[in-house]
Amino acid sequence: MRMLSALVLAAVLLLVGCGGTAAPAPSAAGPSAERSLILATTTSTQDSGLLDELLPAFTRDSGWQVKTLAVGSGQAIELGRRGEADVLLVHSPAAEEALVAEGAAGQRRLVMHNDFVLVGPANDPAGVRGSDSVGAVAKIAAAQALFVSRGDDSGTNAREKDLWKKAGITPEGGWYQATGQGMGATLRVASEKAGYTLSDRATYLAQRDTLALDVLSEGDPGLLNIYHVIEMTTKAGERVQPDGALAFADWITAPPAQQQIGGFGQAEYGKPLFIPDAGKDEAGLGA
Amino acid sequence: MGAVDVLLDGLLEAVRLLLTGDEDTWSVTALTLQVSLTATAVALLLGVPFGTALALGRFGGRRVLLAAANTGMGLPPVVVGLFVTVLLWRSGPLGALGLLYTPTAMVIAQAVIATPIVAALTAAALQQVDPGFLLQMRALGATRMRATAALLAEARLPLLAAGLAGFGAVVSEVGAAQMVGGNIEGQTRVLTTAAVLATSRGQFALAIAFGLVLLAIAFAVNLFVTLAQQREEAKGAGAPATEERTAPGSRPSGAARSSS
Repeated sequence: MRMLSALVLAAVLLLVGCGGTAAPAPSAAGPSAERSLILATTTSTQDSGLLDELLPAFTRDSGWQVKTLAVGSGQAIELGRRGEADVLLVHSPAAEEALVAEGAAGQRRLVMHNDFVLVGPANDPAGVRGSDSVGAVAKIAAAQALFVSRGDDSGTNAREKDLWKKAGITPEGGWYQATGQGMGATLRVASEKAGYTLSDRATYLAQRDTLALDVLSEGDPGLLNIYHVIEMTTKAGERVQPDGALAFADWITAPPAQQQIGGFGQAEYGKPLFIPDAGKDEAGLGA
Repeated sequence: MGAVDVLLDGLLEAVRLLLTGDEDTWSVTALTLQVSLTATAVALLLGVPFGTALALGRFGGRRVLLAAANTGMGLPPVVVGLFVTVLLWRSGPLGALGLLYTPTAMVIAQAVIATPIVAALTAAALQQVDPGFLLQMRALGATRMRATAALLAEARLPLLAAGLAGFGAVVSEVGAAQMVGGNIEGQTRVLTTAAVLATSRGQFALAIAFGLVLLAIAFAVNLFVTLAQQREEAKGAGAPATEERTAPGSRPSGAARSSS
C-alpha cells in the first residue's frame, strides 16, 4: 500500500514538476510564445521533412507556435470545415474549391507544386513504363496487376480516383488494395507486395532508398500536384484564429519561405522536392 | 538496406541516442514517462477505490459493473482517443478548455484506458483474499475503513501488478496518443508516435531505436518498482512487529502474512 502511494506521489510530483515546461513548447524566442495555431496538412509535407525545415523559421518570425496535424487532405479539409484547424496546407483542388464555395474558408493561395509519379516494381508486369498516366492505369487494370491505393480520401487518393475515372475503369477485385494509410506507409506496402501505386514525388524521393519501386510513368499534365494554403474564418467555428491563419498564409507565400521551399531537398536529391509558386498563375504551371 | 541491417542499425542507433544524450530523444522520452506515469497515477486514484467497491460493495448492478470493468480492460486505445478527441474539439463540450493536442489531453485519454484495468485487477485481487479476512478484522473490532485498508495492504502485491499493468498498457499504446496528442514535435510527441512517424518516413532504424528506448524505460520503471517493493517485503519480513504495529489493534501481525 505504501509502495502504491509512493508511486502515485512520485507521478503527481513528476506532473507538477514538468507540467509547466511541457505544455507550451519551450521557445522563449518568439515575442508571444503563448499563441499557437493549428495547421492541418497532408502527410507528404511532413513525411518529406519539409515542415521540419519551415516551421521553426515561421515560429521565429511570427511568434506563433504551430500544432501540425499531418493527415490526408480529405481529413485536413474536414478539420478546417469544422473549425478544428486554423489554416490548411493541402493538395486536393476539387475538395478545396468545394470548401471555399461553402463560405467558411477565407483566402486560398497557391504555394507550391510538384508532381505525382506512378511507381511500381522494376520488372513492370503490366508494361506501363513510358505510358501516360491514364494509359498506365488502364494497362494495370487490364493485366489485373496489383495496385495499392491510399484509400483514405487524401489528395493523392483523389487524384488516383480521377485517373481511374478518366480511364473509364471502376477498380475492384483482388488486384486493387487500399491501405487507408499515409503515403510513406502505402509506398512501403506497394514495395513489399511488388505492386503499383501513385505517390507524390517528394515522399517517393525521400524514401526511395528503402523502396523496391521505380518511377514508371511521369510528366504528363494530369499528374501535377498543386498545394494551396487556405485560411479558415470564424464562420467555420468561433474558436478559429483568423489572425494566426493570415500570419501563416502570408509567411509561407512570402519570398523567404518560398526560397526555402525551392531549396528544400536540393542538396540531398540534386533537385528540389517542391517548386515554389506563390503569386504565379495556376494555369501556367507545369508548362 | 537489408532487414538484418535495419535491426542492427536500430540497436546501434538506440544505444547512440541513449548514450550521447540526444536532446530530442530525451525530451520525447521524458514526455512519454511524464504522460504515462501521470495517467497511471490518475488511474490508481480512481481505479483502486472503484475496484474495491466492486469487490466488497453490496449494491445493485455490482456484477454488471464488474463485467463492464473487465470488458474495459480491452478498451481499444484508438476508440478512447476518438471519444476524447471529439469531447475536446473546439466545437465540442469541453472545447473551451483548449486541451486538444496537449499532454494533458493525452493524460486524460490514457487514464481512461488504464482505469478499467486497475479497477478490474483490484477487484480480482481483493476477491482473492480469504473471504474470512474481513470478518476476522471486523470481529477484532476494526472499523469498516480500517478493515478495508488492511485488506488492501494484504493485497498489495497484486495491486502493484495492477498499477504496472495499467502503466504497461498506456506507455505502449499509440492510437490515443496520436489522436488526442497529434504527435506534435516538442509538445506531444512520445516514443510510440515518434516510432510511427519514423516508420512512415522510411527511417526504420530510427523507428526501431525508439522502440528499444521504449522497452528500456518500461523495463526501468518495472525494475524500480519491483526492487522497491521487494526491499520493502524483505524489510517487512525481517521486522514484522514495527511494520504492523502502525495500526494498533487493527490486525494481528501473523494474520497479515498467513494467506499471502
